[in-house]
Amino acid sequence: MSCKFCGPKLSLVGVVLSVWGIIQLTLMGVFYAIKSVALLEDLPLGGSHKDISEFIGEVETGYTQNSHNCWIAALLYVITLVISGHQFWLNNRSSVSM
Amino acid sequence: MALCQLFIQPEAAYTSVSELGEAGTVQFRDLNPEVNAFQRKFVNEVRRCDEMERKLRYIEAEVHKDKVPVPQVKDMPRAPNPREIIDLEAHLEKTENEILELSHNAINLKQNYLELTELKHVLEKTEAFFAAQEEIGMDSLTKSLISDETGQQAATRGRLGFVAGVVQRERVPAFERMLWRISRGNVFLRRAELDKPLEDPNTGNEIYKTVFVAFFQGEQLKSRIKKVCSGFHASLYPCPPSNTERQDMVKGVRTRLEDLNMVLNQTRDHRQRVLVSVAKELASWSIMVRKMKAIYHTLNLFNMDVTKKCLIGECWVPTADLPNVQKALADGSNACGSSIPSFLNCIESDEVPPTFNRTNRFTRGFQNLIDAYGVASYRECNPALYTIITFPFLFAVMFGDLGHGLIMAMFGAWMVIKEVSLSAKKTSNEIWNIFFAGRYIILLMGLFSMYTGLVYNDIFSKSMNIFGSSWYVPYNESTLEHNKALSMNPTESYIDTPYFIGIDPIWQTAENKIIFLNSYKMKLSIIFGVVHMIFGVCMSVVNYNFFKRRYSIFLEFLPQVVFLCLLFLYMVFMMFFKWVAYSTLSEDEAYTQGCAPSVLILFINMMLFSRTAPEAGCKEFMFEGQGTIQRVFVLVALCCIPVMLLGKPLYLLSTKKKHVKPEQSNGNVNQGIELQEQTDIGEVQPKPQPQSSGGHDHDDEPFSEIMIHQGIHTIEYVLSTISHTASYLRLWALSLAHAELSEVLWNMVLTFGLKDHNYVGAVKLYVAFFFWAFFTLAILVMMEGLSAFLHTLRLHWVEFMSKFYAGLGYIFQPFCFKTILEQEDEE
Repeated sequence: MSCKFCGPKLSLVGVVLSVWGIIQLTLMGVFYAIKSVALLEDLPLGGSHKDISEFIGEVETGYTQNSHNCWIAALLYVITLVISGHQFWLNNRSSVSM
Repeated sequence: MALCQLFIQPEAAYTSVSELGEAGTVQFRDLNPEVNAFQRKFVNEVRRCDEMERKLRYIEAEVHKDKVPVPQVKDMPRAPNPREIIDLEAHLEKTENEILELSHNAINLKQNYLELTELKHVLEKTEAFFAAQEEIGMDSLTKSLISDETGQQAATRGRLGFVAGVVQRERVPAFERMLWRISRGNVFLRRAELDKPLEDPNTGNEIYKTVFVAFFQGEQLKSRIKKVCSGFHASLYPCPPSNTERQDMVKGVRTRLEDLNMVLNQTRDHRQRVLVSVAKELASWSIMVRKMKAIYHTLNLFNMDVTKKCLIGECWVPTADLPNVQKALADGSNACGSSIPSFLNCIESDEVPPTFNRTNRFTRGFQNLIDAYGVASYRECNPALYTIITFPFLFAVMFGDLGHGLIMAMFGAWMVIKEVSLSAKKTSNEIWNIFFAGRYIILLMGLFSMYTGLVYNDIFSKSMNIFGSSWYVPYNESTLEHNKALSMNPTESYIDTPYFIGIDPIWQTAENKIIFLNSYKMKLSIIFGVVHMIFGVCMSVVNYNFFKRRYSIFLEFLPQVVFLCLLFLYMVFMMFFKWVAYSTLSEDEAYTQGCAPSVLILFINMMLFSRTAPEAGCKEFMFEGQGTIQRVFVLVALCCIPVMLLGKPLYLLSTKKKHVKPEQSNGNVNQGIELQEQTDIGEVQPKPQPQSSGGHDHDDEPFSEIMIHQGIHTIEYVLSTISHTASYLRLWALSLAHAELSEVLWNMVLTFGLKDHNYVGAVKLYVAFFFWAFFTLAILVMMEGLSAFLHTLRLHWVEFMSKFYAGLGYIFQPFCFKTILEQEDEE
């Protein structure tokens, strides 16, 4: 098979990792979207701000930005899942046919 | 566990033991330990089995050589009955001979084939040499030779002789040099390498060879060259000098080669057929033979009756399995159609029976943890039962994280669900086998860690605000803007109902989170530790009760438990009292948060009878009369020490004086019984006697020994209450380390992908998540999990089990075909 480039172990690792990634990153995206306080420390914030309202604005854009980033990363893991799942399937099939 | 005597008819012995082996419930004892292995009754049978095993090994090796697949047996064959044994033996003999003959023939044929191929090559390759020679002409060759030896007479001139053959390639340089030396350069050697490797008929290895033709002059040189050739294991082939003859010969050789090839293929096919048919039966045969051998080995442990009419065997049987054993015996005698039934007779014995804890696949892992420390003495209280809960729990206290617990629980659950298919796959991967054997432990550890993670409110180092935090921010915007950190006063910002379960999520954002968690987790670990240790001490009552040392309950257990409770349980009590009594909202000024005394300082003061002056408005003690109570507690606890130290030795001394005479008569009675039992071996008496009284070993020791023992025990116990309590602080230390490590990992790795203002962050997050996940698994789950596991193991072995567990027993090893076969497979 020409498009097989992962061994059985690597493809399994890919499947497990991407399933984990999809679940966790999607959830993190949701938590950013609902502005979870626990994730405040991880926001991209500038050092100085003039007053409270500017700070709050910055935090809110940070939350939306991060939630979008999380979902995009989750999508990337969906792609990884598809690729490694396909590889895994190929590996399994070839080992059965042997 | 009962010691039983089996009386079996010699005819039924084989089948009965076979049935017992299938059931796997009895442990046989060697009744003739003084007879060496070659003088036993069934030596010949064992030898026959050995011989059959050897044949099987040979056949297996041949089967493997031809890469014929050996199918696994689906259902285990039973041990063959004696008639089948003879058939099997004959069959094996036949097969072995067949294979031997086949391979012998094959080797001969191959040898032939090799020679012919070599000859063919020699003829073909030399063709080129001769052709070249003929072009140059013989004359020029002789001329050049003559010109070399101008000083010599030309009378020896004649036709050049030659020898053609094949030699191994790696020997060629040495061969050439040797020829040159013996002939002083008068041999002309031409050689050509064979492109394809030839097959060695004996080993089947590939060998590379070179064809050579050596031209020379004179008979003397010829004989010398031949000697050199044989010395170098070069095979020489006749090679006719004339061209046409050579052509004919090549043709002849080719046809012969073709014929030979056909014959060779046929033998190969035949061999393949034989091996395939053997391979089908091979696995079941080897199992049958191994079972047979095990049976005869067991029969060798039996004793012959005086009348030579029945075999007597002694074995340990779990009492619950007695009906199974009787059924197996009945089946065994039915199978051989014997009219006289075998019977089973339980006998009384002073000997300590082996320890047998019936386990299932769930409890086996936990029992193994205990047995690794020491196999319980017979009917000693088995801590494995309590370990099932305490082990995962103490582990979880150290490993508390909902996310990591979830990963571990999922891994354990996967192994438990796929149990059947996974255990069918046998691997020699040791690490995997360890994990798989502990699958239920891992599952429970994971589940408990999820619970403690929920209590610590930690999921991958983040907190969850599920039930709504009980705190709110009372400050206005300008205050927030001008202060870097603000402390929250419970009177203003606490809603007065605590968070529903576990730690309030507000602490995750607090600067003083670690200070708070440290104090909380330290107290928690001391509380768990003290409860665990008191439980361990209480377990010793069960042992004292069973081993008929009731006096120890009063003279050892009671002072021990009083000592532990008065000092350390009291400390635990102070912790709870402090939690309950002191509050910011309290009306009494002495019970506000500023006045809460340190439990540790209070405890130290209590032990040293000293005091610390309280701050203004506060009280030194938590409640009225605490000072007096503490003083009484310490004094009573100190009084327990001499009781522990002297109580038991003095008691033993007093009872010894009273019962001097009866003890001697006891000994006589015992000896009398043993004499009756073992009629054959009268002389080998004294040895088992001292061992047999293992239950109360202090009886026959001198007073000084007992005193020293008790002194050591007492000192150990008193010191250990302090050191073991402190040892439980590892619960706090590891849980702190785990929480901090997971927080650091999040902040160092995952945050890398979360600090971007644009969509590049998504790709960074994708990469960062990969690394974060990898390190979470490798460091936090695997490494930290392993370290927490080891610490938990230590807490159980040292801190818990040292309070009551002796572990001086020996394990019950039943005669069971399944374990015998598994053991041999591992080897």
